[in-house]
Amino acid sequence: MTSFIMRRIGLAAIILLIVAILLFSMMHLIPGDPTVVALGPRSTPEMREAFREMMGLDQPILKQLALFLGRLAEGNLGEDVWSKRPVLTMIFEVLPYTATLAVASFLWAVTLGILLGCFAVVHHGKWPDWLIGILSVGFVAVPSFVVALYSLLIFAVSLNWLPAIGAGTPGDFISQLKALVLPSFAIGLGWVGYVARLVRAAMIEAMGENYTRTLRSFGVSERRIIFRYALRQALIAVLSVIAIGFGGLLTGSVFAEIVFSRPGLGKMTYDAVMSRNYPLVMGTVLVTSGLYVTCMIIADVVTAWIDPRVRSAL
Amino acid sequence: MTPGPATATPVNPAPVLELADVSISYSGIVPAVVGVDLMVMPGEIVGIIGESGSGKSTLAHSVLGLLPDSAQISGKTLSLNGIDMLGASEQAMRQLRGPAAAMIFQNPMTTFSPMHKLGRQLMDLLWRERGLSNKEKRQKILKALQDVGLPDPAARLEAYPFQLSGGMLQRVAIAAALLMRPSLLVADEPTTALDVTMEAQILHLMHEIRRNAGVSILMISHHLGVIAEICDRVAVMYAGRIVEEGPVDVIFADPRHPYTKALFACEPALIETGATRLPVIGGEVPRPVRIGCGFAGRCPQVLECCCNATPPWVAVGAGNVSHFSRCHRSAP
Repeated sequence: MTSFIMRRIGLAAIILLIVAILLFSMMHLIPGDPTVVALGPRSTPEMREAFREMMGLDQPILKQLALFLGRLAEGNLGEDVWSKRPVLTMIFEVLPYTATLAVASFLWAVTLGILLGCFAVVHHGKWPDWLIGILSVGFVAVPSFVVALYSLLIFAVSLNWLPAIGAGTPGDFISQLKALVLPSFAIGLGWVGYVARLVRAAMIEAMGENYTRTLRSFGVSERRIIFRYALRQALIAVLSVIAIGFGGLLTGSVFAEIVFSRPGLGKMTYDAVMSRNYPLVMGTVLVTSGLYVTCMIIADVVTAWIDPRVRSAL
Repeated sequence: MTPGPATATPVNPAPVLELADVSISYSGIVPAVVGVDLMVMPGEIVGIIGESGSGKSTLAHSVLGLLPDSAQISGKTLSLNGIDMLGASEQAMRQLRGPAAAMIFQNPMTTFSPMHKLGRQLMDLLWRERGLSNKEKRQKILKALQDVGLPDPAARLEAYPFQLSGGMLQRVAIAAALLMRPSLLVADEPTTALDVTMEAQILHLMHEIRRNAGVSILMISHHLGVIAEICDRVAVMYAGRIVEEGPVDVIFADPRHPYTKALFACEPALIETGATRLPVIGGEVPRPVRIGCGFAGRCPQVLECCCNATPPWVAVGAGNVSHFSRCHRSAP
């Protein structure tokens, strides 16, 4: 088990290294002088020179790369171009907002998705199954910004139940929770449909397995077969997909944070790109990639651990 | 190759399983079983032999109402312990599965859920014993596993199915079935997936079960040796119909239906040494037909009437031996 985890971590480190190198090359591949691109055409030569020095752009390119990777290894992601604050600090300030948003979306996806999937299986072939089938495809197909705008219109504007923008008053849990409902729902709804279909398919497959026939031949009730046996098998399929999807939820937060004006990693990346704040762009992208590969490792480990056949083989 | 002794039975006992004119088709158009009559008496081991696609597995599953939704079953009678299964609701059949008839399946490696410990699964199979504590259930299960000769049963309860061999898992499956105290045990090719040593042990075990627990067994197999080893009576199935039925020693000594004869000619154990060609039955297994004889297309002794008239069920036994064959040639 330990060597399995170590291999995964090694793989993740390689992925992150490639991401870092790509990010580094990006700055040099953009046409034009990177300092002009970063500081804008109206920047003074002194400003450009200072920026060049700060970024180490006057050094040979491989040395720049080595310096860049060296700084990364120390956990130094550089400074924000404008505010001169350390990028890492800035990221850690907004990360909790994005993390809660992702967790909340994840909860929508898992609870609603599994419930709908189970409901469809219990009524397999009857109208609730069809209805859930249509709904799930609909959920997957509708872009989340549409969900976001309509849920804003209905729940924030018309009914005035939930706040339209912001992340709630700091320190006020209820207010923060309320502010979380709509954005997480907007991101999570597509996943609800996805998970529901996945659960349904995996459970129907499980219901056709020989061991369910054995359980039936002993008069065990369909309900027990579904919830104790088929669901267990379905959860493995869901878990591996969803844990990777969790990484996607982190990155998918960009637009929800913009529409709902929430602070967060996505919004920070967006603002940094718009203002050509290179160190911040690199920092946020690297941290996001890091979170993504972490989710993949967790997904692999949990999937391996939950399946006794795989667990014993490790 | 000696059949088990016919157990002493009271006069005219009620059959454990009775099928009369049972037909099963898939999706309403593909017949799998056509007009089958079969009876299993208390304590009797009845074999059904036939090649793949002859409908024997479909028949076995129909006994417990375990056919898939796409299957339609019709007929005069299908009763277990005198209880009609044809008109029974799913709920009523569920109550019969286990106590009336239990089943063991072909591939023991897939009989149990790969995700759950065997102990957990066996406990779930004992769902009827609501009055027992988990500890008492566990004792019961351990006892049953010991009875089927499973070594170190306590450790097996904590094991996952993939940690046991096929032979051990089939023992567990048999133990689980016996825990139901069934009147009938339906064994659908229980030894096909096992190696020969295991096969012999499992067959021996089934003999013991009949002797000790007085269970009737309906044994499905395509293996002549298996049938000869443990059955009292055997029904030969071909293209969805039973073409010959009788005491196992009589059928083996004096097969009457051309298909049965052809089948015996192909038995590897009976092929003469030095034969240059392996005997085969020419042609392929046809789809079951509702009219005429299914074997007509491959039969060396085919008559004109074989294709357009269903052969009669004729008693061919000497004296009062109940030996029947479904062949125009046997008709008087």
